[in-house]
Amino acid sequence: MSARSQAHSAGRGVDNDAPETMTTHSGHRGLQMEEPLIFEMGSTGRTGVDLPPVPEVASKLGGLARQGEIGLPALSEPQVVRHYVRVSQKNYAIDAGLYPLGSCTMKHNPRLNEKVARLPGFSDVHPLQPQSTVQGALEVIDTVAHWLITLTGLPGVAMSPAAGAHGELTGMMAIRAAHEARGDARKRILVPDSAHGTNPATAVLCGYQVDPVPSLANGRIDLEALKAKLDDDVAAIMLTNPNTCGLFEDQIIEVAEAIHAVGAYFYCDGANFNAIVGKVRPGDLGIDVMHLNLHKTFSTPHGGGGPGSGPVVMSAELTPFAPLPYVVKGADGLRLVETEADQAAAGDGGQAYGRMRSFHGQMGMFVRALAFMMSHGADGLRLVAEDSVLNANYVLARLKDVMTPAYRGPCMHEVLFDDSFLKDTGVTTLDFSKAMIDEGFHPMTVYFPLIVHGAMLTEPTESESKESMDVFIDTLRGLAADAKAGDTARFIGAPYLAPRRRLDETQAARKPRLRWTPEAPAEAAE
Amino acid sequence: MRYLPHTAEDRRAMLQVIGVDAVDDLFVDVPRVAVLDDLVDLPNHRGELAVDRALTAIAAKNTPAGSVPFFVGAGAYRHHVPAAVDHLIQRSEFLTAYTPYQPEISQGTLQVLFEFQTQVALLTGMEVANASMYDGATACAEAVLMANRVTRRRRTVLSGGLHPQYRSVVETQSKFLDGEIVAGAPDPQGDENLADLIDDDTACVVAQNPTFFGHLHDLRDLAAACHAKGALLVVAVAETVSLGAVTPPGAMGADIVVAEGQSLGNALNFGGPYLGLFAAREKFVRQMPGRLCGETVDIEGRRGYVLTLSTREQHIRREKATSNICTNSGLCSLAFTIHLSLLGEDGFKHLAELNHAGACETAETLAGIPGVEVLNGTFFNEFTVRLPKPAAEVVDTLATQGVLAGVPVSRLLPDAGLDDLLLVATTETTEADDITALGRALEGVLS
Repeated sequence: MSARSQAHSAGRGVDNDAPETMTTHSGHRGLQMEEPLIFEMGSTGRTGVDLPPVPEVASKLGGLARQGEIGLPALSEPQVVRHYVRVSQKNYAIDAGLYPLGSCTMKHNPRLNEKVARLPGFSDVHPLQPQSTVQGALEVIDTVAHWLITLTGLPGVAMSPAAGAHGELTGMMAIRAAHEARGDARKRILVPDSAHGTNPATAVLCGYQVDPVPSLANGRIDLEALKAKLDDDVAAIMLTNPNTCGLFEDQIIEVAEAIHAVGAYFYCDGANFNAIVGKVRPGDLGIDVMHLNLHKTFSTPHGGGGPGSGPVVMSAELTPFAPLPYVVKGADGLRLVETEADQAAAGDGGQAYGRMRSFHGQMGMFVRALAFMMSHGADGLRLVAEDSVLNANYVLARLKDVMTPAYRGPCMHEVLFDDSFLKDTGVTTLDFSKAMIDEGFHPMTVYFPLIVHGAMLTEPTESESKESMDVFIDTLRGLAADAKAGDTARFIGAPYLAPRRRLDETQAARKPRLRWTPEAPAEAAE
Repeated sequence: MRYLPHTAEDRRAMLQVIGVDAVDDLFVDVPRVAVLDDLVDLPNHRGELAVDRALTAIAAKNTPAGSVPFFVGAGAYRHHVPAAVDHLIQRSEFLTAYTPYQPEISQGTLQVLFEFQTQVALLTGMEVANASMYDGATACAEAVLMANRVTRRRRTVLSGGLHPQYRSVVETQSKFLDGEIVAGAPDPQGDENLADLIDDDTACVVAQNPTFFGHLHDLRDLAAACHAKGALLVVAVAETVSLGAVTPPGAMGADIVVAEGQSLGNALNFGGPYLGLFAAREKFVRQMPGRLCGETVDIEGRRGYVLTLSTREQHIRREKATSNICTNSGLCSLAFTIHLSLLGEDGFKHLAELNHAGACETAETLAGIPGVEVLNGTFFNEFTVRLPKPAAEVVDTLATQGVLAGVPVSRLLPDAGLDDLLLVATTETTEADDITALGRALEGVLS
């Protein structure tokens, strides 16, 4: 209780004698260190590496030797280590606490996965070594592909995409290539108004026009509105399932039938596959192509924004159009098909539309995902889906009397609230989320999906224990009560206790400073 | 299950609070026909020891680069990464954080991104850089799209010195956008002339430096030729360490610079995850793809960092976004930043010189072998040799002798009539004994 009451006193933010406002000589506040940019710490004459002397050779740089200073600071290893340790301490992280960021799936990242990904047999292998020397690497790709195919019920998979949005592009290009191979030039992609922003952005990158489809009051796609838009100019629908409202599209089989009836394809955004893994196969729902975010469902770490991995499972009809490269089984073991010439020689009927990135895929992520899959197994993955749905519904059940669920009925792996419980309190969704920071929680996803006013999309994931969710729930109940009681100061000014208070994003955009410069600010560089 | 906290009693108690009898009651919206009654046909869960053993056994089927004399490059390079880098990137606060959407509790990631953007701008000689792309090839494709937006033109000229996979990715991305791609023939001699291909409809020219075949070019004349026609010069760098020794693209008139940043901080990883670097002139910043971190202040006036200029991005702009990229290569950029910080000004230049010197020694050794011709007059740490036999055969034979001799050009350009060409790369990890072993083995297989 003492930490809680202290937060309350800081939350009022009016008491000048509160310990939180005390200044220090160093600028640090206990364990919270103020740390300059590394460019402001450097000197000359130090180094963090010891390199052997350079042999005398006749330069082959052809007069293009670099002139002058680059401008990098010089520091020793202990200085660099301390700098990045201190900087790291300004981050929230799933290892430190519940991270209910809806749609982002912040689940536990097992450390075994980190260990095995660093085995020299995986990490110290070059993508262009002779294939006889990388049979284990190809086996990993092939095995992950087998798990994904089995879990989704779709027979083909493109393994190379580097992230979810990259997978979307890969899948949509396969759709366009398949239509074009029939001489069927279609122009429109149907995208529900609740979709991730990547969906419309991806459709445009494939040269398509986006045609939005409205949602019903129950958070699902409007099947009748969809049917009204269907004609032979529609190339595909991009639908997320479970959708961004945390709901299963209960008419998904009808959606698939309607789409297929006009010769269009069903692209599923698989960002939320973690809710149904091992329990429902997307192929059984009539889905033709879907990307999987290995960094979500299969728990490769998010790393502050990547790397991800976005393999794309495909129907038999679309698989021939999958991009290069892919792995096939040959007489001498596994083999890569990595060029058009390889594909012609393979004689597998493939008509790859091209290549999405260099080399073969996010190998480091494949190893981690495979360790996660093997550790859970068929039985554990099904429990992952069930526990993630159980946890979200538990949060829903325990908060529905004080916050306002956007929709009735059970949710899937994430629960969506709107801001009507904050009506007339003077507190916005943003304020509410910032107050959660002072309580030691990362906020949920806010203002997404766009179709719900003041949306708060909350995803506990299967990693959270009942005890940790109870603390989270009790905290949100307390905050909701505070808002309704008129205690607005703790919200409007929040966060008070984080490494930084609210940041001026308007100034950041109006006068962008995107790098450190020694003297003049960056805008003078025009 | 060690990763799932609930006991049977927890689950029962939670179901009771929810007010349902069984977890399947929460899946009521799923069409009944689609719910699997049985487990999928995959093995059941296994303990940590069992999984560790199984994956270690698979890893043992690969030949790690560090276990043999190793000269494989062509866009991915084996460098020594200081131990502190891997330790620091595994700190929970970095490893297990999401994209910094809540800046007040993400200043760690954001400050690193700001340092990263500064480093990339300094290395490339450009004014601004973004917070990373997937890899060098996708960064290159994004640069072409950006040049199209900036110039409102659709014609792209690709150098024959561009990495064939970069070229493929650019062509694939342009394919469905009605872009016109004019690609120079593969240029193993490094003597192409692109200036004649630039016309008034050209959005950009994409040149790689050093080229795929290793040649270095002074790009100032090409930049002038581009600018005379209102086109942009995009320069791709597939080996970032070269920027420690070679005049940076920004100093030669480049408008956009893309690079593969894997060499700093990141292991080979069989091709991914890697790190796309993307830098540009500041006047084009609002046309850039990807995330940007900017400096600002909080309401108490303290310096802090936020993601900024988001109106370019898909989560705000949707179908009008400059790119669809969302997740990028965050942790790889952190590794890059820490490695470069450990190197510092002198260390980075020193590292580049070591790479160059090793390549010079290797080239000299190979040039002394009868029948072997080094094609390059200039290079950084990789060069092309012509062999009297198909290079793929030679490489395969040498692999059986425990030497990984390089990349046959035919692996990436199978139909170019360049079957006798071999790319040979060295780095600071190449030892004198390795060079000797390569020379002897090559001499043996050619004699």
